[in-house]
Amino acid sequence: MGYTITEKILMAHTDLKDIAPGQLINARVDIALGNDITAPIAIREFRAAGGKEVFDRDRVALVLDHFTPNKDINSAQQCKTVREFAFEHGITHFYEGGQVGVEHALLPEKGIVLPGDLVIGADSHTCTYGALGAFATGVGSTDLAAAMLTGELWFKVPQSIKFVIYGKLQKWVSGKDLILNIIGRIGVDGALYQAMEFTGETVAALPMADRLSMANMAIEAGAKNGIFPPDAVTEEYVSPRAGRPYTLYASDPDAVYAKTIEIDAGALEPQVAFPHLPSNVRGVSEAGRVKIDQSLIGSCTNGRIEDLRIAAGILKNRKASPSVRLIVVPATPLIYRQAMHEGLLDIFMDANAVISPPSCGACLGGHLGILADGETSIATTNRNFVGRMGHPNSEVYLASPAVAAASAVLGRIASPEEL
Amino acid sequence: MIFKGNVWKFGDNIDTDAIIPARYLNTSDPAQLARHCMEDADPDFVNKMKPGDIIVGGENFGCGSSREHAPIAIKAAGISCVVAKSFARIFYRNAFNMGLPIFESAALADAIAAGEEIAIDSAGGTITVSGSGRTFTISPIPPFMEELIADGGLMRHIAKNRK
Ligand code: SF4
Repeated sequence: MGYTITEKILMAHTDLKDIAPGQLINARVDIALGNDITAPIAIREFRAAGGKEVFDRDRVALVLDHFTPNKDINSAQQCKTVREFAFEHGITHFYEGGQVGVEHALLPEKGIVLPGDLVIGADSHTCTYGALGAFATGVGSTDLAAAMLTGELWFKVPQSIKFVIYGKLQKWVSGKDLILNIIGRIGVDGALYQAMEFTGETVAALPMADRLSMANMAIEAGAKNGIFPPDAVTEEYVSPRAGRPYTLYASDPDAVYAKTIEIDAGALEPQVAFPHLPSNVRGVSEAGRVKIDQSLIGSCTNGRIEDLRIAAGILKNRKASPSVRLIVVPATPLIYRQAMHEGLLDIFMDANAVISPPSCGACLGGHLGILADGETSIATTNRNFVGRMGHPNSEVYLASPAVAAASAVLGRIASPEEL
Repeated sequence: MIFKGNVWKFGDNIDTDAIIPARYLNTSDPAQLARHCMEDADPDFVNKMKPGDIIVGGENFGCGSSREHAPIAIKAAGISCVVAKSFARIFYRNAFNMGLPIFESAALADAIAAGEEIAIDSAGGTITVSGSGRTFTISPIPPFMEELIADGGLMRHIAKNRK
């Protein structure tokens, strides 16, 4: 009996000769990630357990991206805790200030996470790196503490769901629309404790940016990880960035799946997730007239250069509606610089957008774009829970950069086709 | 162990933003987090609940972010344990890793009303409703998890095994 790619990567990080879904295993970790919210608790736990040294200073990544630039005194304290720990332990991959980007955009960009890796992060969207053909999953702070100390962690081997996606995507339809559609079909617990494996001709033709957006939202279906079989697109993205060897795994033809879901994506239109669940999805043509107060283009889901290019293509020679606050967040300093050199920042500024520094701020309702009572935002982010971006009575609609840009211009949720 | 307390009921997909909103995550101090426990699901929750009370949720309790602040807030508020139809994966890990007892029982979550008193016998694997005497079984905890709880959480477990 064969193995899925998820099972193979997990097994390769143990001394086991066989592995099966449901089994509890202890596995070696390639990269352990924490941020300014989750790392302080991990550091406290690490010290309380008598931790003197991290297992490998090249294998821990600490990224101060959530409440930064520091939004208040408490946030500054949290960053200080992490900074001091990073310097004390000589952590190689420590990022803050002008070097910080949103963690899940930054780590792939810098080649810190690679195909075949086992990555854990004290952040739920760690599953993003599945786009590279890695096993990557979000854990808690205590897990991060354990991994930093021992280089190992306990896992329950997940069953896998295989998605076979076919059909040529229509104009304006992206990986974001695919994943929203999938979450709409299976629900926010549709893949609970399971791996989502994305395959099929549509997936094979998807650029890396779209794969990263899709794997990013696997957690929104409750999944443990999302994963793409690595291929030529993966190699092209990874090879210029990798500073260490990596392994490309593929599922065996006779691998066993909990189920297989086939999706014809050829007729799909841009998707919108209505409040207050990422599974509350409709086609943009069925959105009705939803007035918006804010449009947020950014985050680990859709803050990459490809996303900004799409948004700029729509916003060029247009302005955001006077009633809309348009916020653009390049996810990393490199993306920021690229957008600057390509003239995208001019287009955004001409459209009256605010350009935020790379930060999680607005996405999690931390700072840099909070909603007031009764306000509505369209956002290219990944969560629209109650209060996610501010006041408990505010509302968030999730969509692609194309829809968020078009909506900013028209002041209501709209398809780019309407412009 | 036996956990006895009054039930506070919540629905499906109670997410970590509802359990502890991100606006309070600029600290990891349990006492401060406890003050905002469940705030965006029930703004008055911390004023109404009593220490030892039990939260009963629906499907996918604790979905969303990986923030350990969520089980910390619940534990520090004085909630003795959480019963739900199912738990989101990271919340499940976090709860065991830090020693917040959680139990799965879909039948209880459907049958119980807010304010009723229940007693959970974790070793016996049962939940009894004090008023009616009705009993429900809870799914057994895997032995490895029992070990974690017995050792007082993941880090103590690791510290013990490293000696
Ligand atoms: S951008 Fe949003 S979803 Fe992504 S890591 Fe930051 S807060 Fe989390």
